[in-house]
Amino acid sequence: MSVMQANLVKTTAPAQRLSGGRMLMIGAAVVIAVAMLPLVLSTYQIGLATEILIFGILAMSIDILAGFAGRTSLGHGAIFGTSTYVVVYTVSVVGLSPALGLLLGVLAATGVAAIFALLAVRTSGVYFLLLTLALGMIVWGICLRWTPVTGGENGLRGDVRSGILLEPRIFFWMVLAIVAVLSFAIWRFVRSPFGLTLRGIRDSESRMRSLGYNVPLHLFIGFLVSGFFAGIAGGIYAFFNNFVSPSTVALTQSVEGLLMMIVGGVGTLFGSFVGATAIIILENIVSSYTERWQSVLGLAFIVVMIFAPEGIVGKVRAFLDRGRKSKA
Amino acid sequence: MSLFQLLNGLTFAALLFVVASGFTLIFGLLWIVNLAHGALYLFGGYVGYTIAAQSGSFVVAAFGAIAAVVALGFVLDQGLLRFVRGFVLREVLLTLGVAFVLNDIALVIWGGDSFTVPIPEVLTGGINVFGVYYPKYRLFVLLTGIVIFIALWLLLHRTRLGALIRAGVDDAEMVEASGINIRRVFLATFLLGSALAGFGGLLGGAFLSLYPSADSEILVFSLAVVVIGGQGSLVGAAVGSLLVALLNTFGQVMFPEIAYFVIFGPMAVLLAFRPLGLFGKAA
Repeated sequence: MSVMQANLVKTTAPAQRLSGGRMLMIGAAVVIAVAMLPLVLSTYQIGLATEILIFGILAMSIDILAGFAGRTSLGHGAIFGTSTYVVVYTVSVVGLSPALGLLLGVLAATGVAAIFALLAVRTSGVYFLLLTLALGMIVWGICLRWTPVTGGENGLRGDVRSGILLEPRIFFWMVLAIVAVLSFAIWRFVRSPFGLTLRGIRDSESRMRSLGYNVPLHLFIGFLVSGFFAGIAGGIYAFFNNFVSPSTVALTQSVEGLLMMIVGGVGTLFGSFVGATAIIILENIVSSYTERWQSVLGLAFIVVMIFAPEGIVGKVRAFLDRGRKSKA
Repeated sequence: MSLFQLLNGLTFAALLFVVASGFTLIFGLLWIVNLAHGALYLFGGYVGYTIAAQSGSFVVAAFGAIAAVVALGFVLDQGLLRFVRGFVLREVLLTLGVAFVLNDIALVIWGGDSFTVPIPEVLTGGINVFGVYYPKYRLFVLLTGIVIFIALWLLLHRTRLGALIRAGVDDAEMVEASGINIRRVFLATFLLGSALAGFGGLLGGAFLSLYPSADSEILVFSLAVVVIGGQGSLVGAAVGSLLVALLNTFGQVMFPEIAYFVIFGPMAVLLAFRPLGLFGKAA
């Protein structure tokens, strides 16, 4: 697997970890700039921007595992969608309050992540991918067949979002606020001693084991944290969409999230938002011309895998590094 | 479980074996998890359906389906996978992209309706098996599965190509060092695996019917078979197919709505104790 790691994951240079304070300032500036967007965008575009933020979090949650623990998951769409299902079900069918629904959704997603993690932490590389893929598909199969609860192929529709949140701009700002907090939390998490341990596991599992680290436990907790964030993203998506169907937990969802993360750049964390922007805008443009989004998504995957597995941010970074080196 | 259900499980196991044996061979030798395997299955089924409906011959349909899918496999291996060779994860994700494209193309060509491949007249109707009236065609599938198992076993253990494949599974570099063009062996295995997927599509298309999400369903089952049986093992694929199919049938009888969940249990137990599967060997 070392071959693949050398190519899908780029180890972060120490220089980038030093500038924590500057990162925060840049982050704050970006959040303020993004908060201005609804003043110039149309209602439809605000919807797109909200979607980008939500999927950016999903992609980031995948990056926690792929970029920092060296485990590429194809099951995060299912974790995300589980939360969406639970929120829509508890709020519209059971009649709980949206806040309680969101809490239960995130809990359910974290629970699903725990089951996935228990099975998958002993594996790595292709086996991890396979296993998360199969587990995700089992969730999809259950959502599709368990018609009395999930509504089968028709899915569930319900007014999850209500009151003041119905105004698109206010909803966007609320999502932005949550996303900003979550991004900060994820950023802190991967920089924490725990995050550094995950990186150590990514780079050499045997070394970490011989240093006395409990590798499976660290991976388990890392997966749990990743699933927690994917669950929040899925819960917010329920508010955004007011609707859930098996396609929300389908493989396509995992694949889209993964592609966003890869397009942004594995291990770059905030690249996820770049990737989400690229994919969602592409999806929108393609969908206005043709119904063949799935083909385009597949082609995008093939092209990225052949030509740019390090992603946009990774490419830019490599380009900058080259520039810096030639100057020096 | 009644005899009827047991037979259903066995025939499904035979179909699963045909599909999953190709999958596990490719995985074992080339280390490629071909996630387009389900899509190849679906294509084989659709092409077979079209040919069988036009020509009325099941045999012609079988040859057509296999030829079409082998051609697809050739393009996939030589046209796309060659650019990412050696990068396992990129290979896998690339085949996933291919699966999406193929599935979408199938949707364009054949639409969203479900089709059933017409069964040849000899195999229509049923016969009495130990007091149960059972469809002849499903028994034919069971027989085909057994024949293919024997044929593959003979191929692997009694021919030169088989010896090369087995050697390649154990140590591809060593095989290459002894002067064998391992690339050719790889390609042959990939095409053989594709052929099995295509033929499986035709076989399955006649009793499970074909529809746009049939490819991911068969892919999950194949994944479960490989996870349980172990990578690259023919016997593992057979045992895994039996386990998965019988459990699935049992699940459908006991808890029809969440039958999918029943495969998950043994997979979980097995992974806890044998992460490489029943017959898997550490690389």
